[in-house]
Amino acid sequence: MAIEGVDIVKAAAFLGAGLSMGLGAIGPGVGEGMAAAKACEAIGKNPKEAGLLTRTMLVGQAVSESTGIYSLVIALLLLFVV
Amino acid sequence: MDFDIETWVKVAAFAGGGIAMGFGAIGAAIGEGFTAAEANEAISRNPGESGDIFKTMLVGQAIAESASIFALVIAMILLFTDFNANSVVTVSVLFAAGLSMGLGAIGSGVGSGFPAGAACKGMSRQPKISGRLTTNMLIGSAVCQTPAIFALVTSFILLFTNFTGRPVSPTWAAILGAGLASGLGAIGSGLGGGLVAGASCDGISRQPLAATPVTNVMLLGQAVTQTTAIYGLLVSFILMFKTFPATDLLAPPMALLAAGLCMGIGAIGPGVGEGFTARSAVEGIAKNEAATADLTRVMLVGQAVAESTGIYALVVALVLIFVV
Repeated sequence: MAIEGVDIVKAAAFLGAGLSMGLGAIGPGVGEGMAAAKACEAIGKNPKEAGLLTRTMLVGQAVSESTGIYSLVIALLLLFVV
Repeated sequence: MDFDIETWVKVAAFAGGGIAMGFGAIGAAIGEGFTAAEANEAISRNPGESGDIFKTMLVGQAIAESASIFALVIAMILLFTDFNANSVVTVSVLFAAGLSMGLGAIGSGVGSGFPAGAACKGMSRQPKISGRLTTNMLIGSAVCQTPAIFALVTSFILLFTNFTGRPVSPTWAAILGAGLASGLGAIGSGLGGGLVAGASCDGISRQPLAATPVTNVMLLGQAVTQTTAIYGLLVSFILMFKTFPATDLLAPPMALLAAGLCMGIGAIGPGVGEGFTARSAVEGIAKNEAATADLTRVMLVGQAVAESTGIYALVVALVLIFVV
């Protein structure tokens, strides 16, 4: 098995892409779940504000999603560009 | 030091067995300890119900134990079967089978402890509905076990499929990736499902009249929580059953290994997060049954958004398998 430099770089890029997206998915997943949990709690207490609370929840989740999207971008860069 | 391949197969079988049982013991021990702690608290509040609480504790612990019994079965198979295949792929298969079951038992073991503990506590509060609580606990913890069962299925398929005839590289990496995808992918869903089931047992004991919607939403929330474990199972099936062309390069096997790692690790966060969401929704319904429709809708929307990173991980894993 002749391993060349280009091959090692590619292998490392693939591994890096997998790790980037895998590890990067943990934080947003947990964080967005917590945001939604608090929204559910609040709506349980005050169902009249369901619309406002849902909107706020979605905005908050969209912001915490951003790191997940960064991970996706890095993974795709590693797969297709580097 | 030069070892022949038979030695390496034995090394992999013993290492795999150790990993399966070692990791597999973590979850059940924590879950059962939590249950026992809650049972003690419950008995101290209401010593008159100690008989029922004690029984429920044992039943709940028995369910939490099942994940580690799966791990024991796999470890026994790995230790006492005579694997006479002599290829590097076999080394990888035995190691991956141990990894999959060991990691896969963690979440379910911890998760199943939550409903059992909440049921014990609920009985000290409302001894009259102990039957309803036990039923709910059994349903909830049975769903918690499904990710461990996915991991068990993967381990069995790995152990009993004949991989001879497949090219050594990249098959070894695909197999290792398959074990990691199912094993790691089961952690989050097992934990998350347990959080939901615990909240529902707690909710029923506080508000027995709301038992039906609480159980229904618990099942719905748990089902969504399981999805990331199912993605992990899907990726590991693809990795196990697809035949990959032989290669001398390092990059193709690494892509397959990375696919398994990506899906496995990526499934943890959404699983736990969706569990948090469904837990709060179930709690809310127990307190305010009139808001069931609103809460279910917001729970599903919130879980769908939390799922997105799990889907990104699935996409990257599929790109790693099929595109690059």
